[in-house]
Amino acid sequence: MSIARQAGAPASPPPAPGPSRPVRRVRHGLGGRVFAGLATSAGATILVILAAVAVFLVIRAWPALTSSPEELADGVSWFPEGTTLAGFVGPLIFGTLLAALLALLLAVPVAIGIALFISHYAPRRLASPLGYVIDLLAAIPSVVYGLWGATWLAPRLFPLWDWLGRNLGFVPFFEGPASSPPRVVMTVGVVLAVMILPIITAVTREVFLQTPRLHEEAALALGATRWEMVRMAVLPFGRSGVISASMLGLGRALGETMAVLMILGPGFTYSLALLQVGRHQTIAANIANQFPEANPLGVSTLIATGLVLFVITLAVNMGARWVISRRAEFSGAN
Amino acid sequence: MTTTPHPKATPHPQAARRSVAPPTGVSVMETVGLNVYYGGFHAVHDVDLGFERNEITALIGPSGCGKSTVLRCLNRMNDLIPAARVKGQVKYHGQDVYAASVDPIEVRRRIGMVFQKPNPFPKSIYDNVAYGPRVIGMKVPDMDDHVEQCLRRAALWDEVKDKLKESGYSLSGGQQQRLCIARAIATQPDVILMDEPCSALDPIATGAIEDLMIQLREEYTIIIVTHNMQQAARVSDRTAFFTARPDETTGNRTGLLVEYGLTSQIFENPSDQRTEDYISGRFG
Repeated sequence: MSIARQAGAPASPPPAPGPSRPVRRVRHGLGGRVFAGLATSAGATILVILAAVAVFLVIRAWPALTSSPEELADGVSWFPEGTTLAGFVGPLIFGTLLAALLALLLAVPVAIGIALFISHYAPRRLASPLGYVIDLLAAIPSVVYGLWGATWLAPRLFPLWDWLGRNLGFVPFFEGPASSPPRVVMTVGVVLAVMILPIITAVTREVFLQTPRLHEEAALALGATRWEMVRMAVLPFGRSGVISASMLGLGRALGETMAVLMILGPGFTYSLALLQVGRHQTIAANIANQFPEANPLGVSTLIATGLVLFVITLAVNMGARWVISRRAEFSGAN
Repeated sequence: MTTTPHPKATPHPQAARRSVAPPTGVSVMETVGLNVYYGGFHAVHDVDLGFERNEITALIGPSGCGKSTVLRCLNRMNDLIPAARVKGQVKYHGQDVYAASVDPIEVRRRIGMVFQKPNPFPKSIYDNVAYGPRVIGMKVPDMDDHVEQCLRRAALWDEVKDKLKESGYSLSGGQQQRLCIARAIATQPDVILMDEPCSALDPIATGAIEDLMIQLREEYTIIIVTHNMQQAARVSDRTAFFTARPDETTGNRTGLLVEYGLTSQIFENPSDQRTEDYISGRFG
């Protein structure tokens, strides 16, 4: 109904529709208000939780943060003598990042391969079952991965590590001799890679499936083969999704505790030798390892390392956001 | 289209002045008894068409009449739809592109395509144009020069010469579509297929694309699908009118070719009543 028609309508007893009628607020009704309230509070909750965790970490870490190295060494049985708190956390940060990056390095190419296969190569009958299987991997508890890694996978990986140590020993990463049993950070990297594979695969697959058909057709119409089409249309479109997925995986790898604890022979150094035992430890595994027997100052020290892990994870995620936003105009998602 | 009858479209003055030679007998592209099926659904019935060098041929008709399907058969883009089947022949310089020995990738390298919505790659303007030649391994003595030439021919150079490294998506819709045309001609095809290239553009951008098509006609064979009859009348030399005929038992609509001829003849003196009705806006 047009405005003109309304204006010309006869002025009958019920209020005349038309321009003279005041424009009133539309009532949104109870459902609308309830929903808006629920959604807003759900959004606020996440911020409150984040802030609560940060506050908890800072308060509980405070005693350790303000103690002198001597007090820490006296009060905490496993605290190495003659180091500061920073000197204690340093190797742990190094070990955590090393294990997580190794896992990411191994998992991301495989995940992209699987995701591409499912989204663009596999016949439809094979694609969805394969997707389910990948998702199932994510449902396996990490303690099971730890058991599997320590008792089954590690002995089978040893010949490969041994070969790397003998033949590529001149590369600092593969400095031999490889330790046996291989409770080394390289084995941890492999197990963590398997653990983060499902989440990275699932997210990248979804992103690849959303590649606009027009982009794919544009490449094919120019005479691109399927791989060239993937490279030109699918990968650039999915780039930010792959980065997000990797960061999700990295977050999981950084915080993974049980599997690392069960596999890794710990040590506190800045060594690059991935094949040698007793060189590395991660923050999360260290907390789980020392917590049961820690006195109050010990707990505070561990929580201080936890605070560091929290900050690292936050920084990783913000870095990823920045990378994604910087490339946004080339993603073709608009 | 059904409510407001519009005045009969008149051909573009430039198009009208052009004398169109009678078919030489050797069309650049030709369809012979073309039938297309999607699974059990008969989408297009018996289409015979010839597309001549340096001409623009428009395929017009109501929605669902199979004109886009026919266009997509010409460069085998229908292969991408799993259930699509083609019967009959599509000849490119006399060679059947659906022959078993023909690689569809090779066909698409010879026949360029421009789509309904501008679809530049999520890459720089430069890379969008350079991509095709790189991918097919075309020998280009100087890629910078080639990119410039293609952008010039697509009437886009002056607008983008200072921002070749920027994303293709930084351009307006009309510019993006001209970028897609530059990308299509970069591989030096001799046929360009356009699938409603202006349907997402405003009238000014549409005018720019139409002018460009008339320029490109000098070098290429252009086949365009359009919903816009004025556009067909303005730019094309020949027009093929399609319609859809419902199946008596299933109700599925099968597309078929009603009339094919010089654009001036189709628009001014159609020989079929259905064409007349569609052109004059009584049906659509």
